[in-house]
Amino acid sequence: MSETTRALPLAQVEADEQATSVPASTRTPLGWWRNPWRRPHILASATWMYLVWSLLPVLIAVGISFNSGRSNSVWQGFSTQWWWGHPKFDPSGALLVSPELRAALIQSLRLSFLTMFIAVPIGVAFAIGISRWRGPAPAGSNFLMLFSFVIPEIIIGISMFLFFTYMVKFIHLGTIAQLLSLVTYQVSYPVIIVRARLLSIGKEYEEAATDLGASPTQAIRRVLLPLLYPAILVSFVLVFADTIDDFITVRYLSAGASTEPLSVKIYNYSRGSLTPAINAAATFLLISTLVIAVFGVFLYRRFTAGQRGQSQEMAGYMT
Amino acid sequence: MSADAPASLTRLRGRLWPRRRSDEGASGAWYPRWYWPTFAFPGTLWLVLLFVLPFYVVLSIAFGTVDPVFQSPLPVYEPWFWTKKYLLEEWHFATGEFVGVEVRTLVYVVLATAICLVIAYTVAYYVARFGGKRKVLFLALLIAPFFISYLMRMLSWVELLQPNGYVNNVLTFLHITPHPINWLAGVPFTVVIGLVYGYIPYMILPLYGFLDRIDKSQLEAGRDLGANPFWTFVRVTLPLSKPAILASLVIVTLPMFGDYYTNNLLSGSPKTTMFGNLLDNSMESTGQGPQAAILVLFLVVFLMIPMLYYLRETAKAQRNQ
Repeated sequence: MSETTRALPLAQVEADEQATSVPASTRTPLGWWRNPWRRPHILASATWMYLVWSLLPVLIAVGISFNSGRSNSVWQGFSTQWWWGHPKFDPSGALLVSPELRAALIQSLRLSFLTMFIAVPIGVAFAIGISRWRGPAPAGSNFLMLFSFVIPEIIIGISMFLFFTYMVKFIHLGTIAQLLSLVTYQVSYPVIIVRARLLSIGKEYEEAATDLGASPTQAIRRVLLPLLYPAILVSFVLVFADTIDDFITVRYLSAGASTEPLSVKIYNYSRGSLTPAINAAATFLLISTLVIAVFGVFLYRRFTAGQRGQSQEMAGYMT
Repeated sequence: MSADAPASLTRLRGRLWPRRRSDEGASGAWYPRWYWPTFAFPGTLWLVLLFVLPFYVVLSIAFGTVDPVFQSPLPVYEPWFWTKKYLLEEWHFATGEFVGVEVRTLVYVVLATAICLVIAYTVAYYVARFGGKRKVLFLALLIAPFFISYLMRMLSWVELLQPNGYVNNVLTFLHITPHPINWLAGVPFTVVIGLVYGYIPYMILPLYGFLDRIDKSQLEAGRDLGANPFWTFVRVTLPLSKPAILASLVIVTLPMFGDYYTNNLLSGSPKTTMFGNLLDNSMESTGQGPQAAILVLFLVVFLMIPMLYYLRETAKAQRNQ
């Protein structure tokens, strides 16, 4: 619907552009500047410059992970020695060989998957409950939820550290403490995404279902949840992406080097001894996020087969 | 489930638990009073136990005492025994020794946010208005940083800015500087640009989302009434996008105030210490008593107004939707 209404004025502008013969004055620089229909070259180049600035460094860093030398700043030839070692070199520093980095990698994946599978169901249920339940109590809960979303992460990290160190001493620092605080920080994402979706689909479908004899639970399971699948999927992907990259809360809550995930290792090594293995570690985080995202898009397409404007809608969740 | 149950049982349950209509006469279903709260219960409980309670621990430490031997904090959980002694001590630092750091933090954050806004608005405006067929591609590229870890993005700059890195290579090759610049040795410029680089994606997407929703007929009206593109932008687009600008400013500024990692990775020098670094340092060195808790409290109080503003705006936007 919006596609056609949007396209119309644009076509009009283009038609105008062709219809009006270009006055001679637009050829001079001042005339070009004053021409109200000139193409937005400055904006376009600024945007492309931004995109290059934003993404090129990352591509270079990914490339460096395949460096054959020890340098992190200069390309010295291609090798995969920093990924899975090479018989000619000392393989102990490679990402998939070094016991330290490998343990960190497993810890990263473990924390991300667990966080994802705890935070998203809690968040989705919360979003459904809060948007249907009326009165002052849900507003308070929702306020709390949004508050946990906007508060700087370091505050959550430090308060969690103090919480587990001084009050709940029976939960020692380590995986459980990390998991609990990651879920606390991440649970608001699905709430925000699913609530936005709930607001846009309204109550009509559910009411239709209950009018046709479904119980409230059936209406949710058979009608509301399928409508929410896209939002739930996006939540899974976002929570995973955000958790696997998280190092702020997790760093304070790791019990020594053994429970530090890859992100914390990258942070620690970035300040001291950098080798391309750290680039490989960062690239690994990137790849695992992309795998989850692609998997999410695949499922999304299956769930929304036959619906229009999928990619636009998916992007809508991000904004 | 209850639909499968025999009608008599449903009726009995109706008598045992009071129920109400979900909507005035609109729907046929009866929802028990506890039905919707049950959904919200796990999330609420989680936040009370693991968000509110930890913050109470922060308060108990900030207003608590200190172990005389180990200098470690001794939280006091009873508000009536709270003491302001250590809080005042820390306040003394905050208004004395730390003022330089606080002013620097403010200057860096304001500068970085301003640069962010200029770039982010330009990009968001271009993609929203002139993206055309490429819109999906642009969006994918704008969303990409969300899937790349913050660390990865900073790491790539740490490597580019090394004395023998590619940035210095290009600069010396073009004879812009005679010899390589040590960008990572406490240069405020590097830190501010690093902050811009780190947080700008969080600004572009909300701005884009808003600018994309602006009704084009309003812009056309501006043009029809004789304004050129520039004045249409200044008099129509910009005022319309004011709420989005404010919201995105808050989104970007809040984490910047707690940021220590950008600074640590790109500079690590005491010359560029920010408030986040004070917080992080107080966590790394032991025996500082309740310092970390008190600094957290100061930061929360300082950020309370922008946070509440953001929450109010979000609630308003949800109501209008």
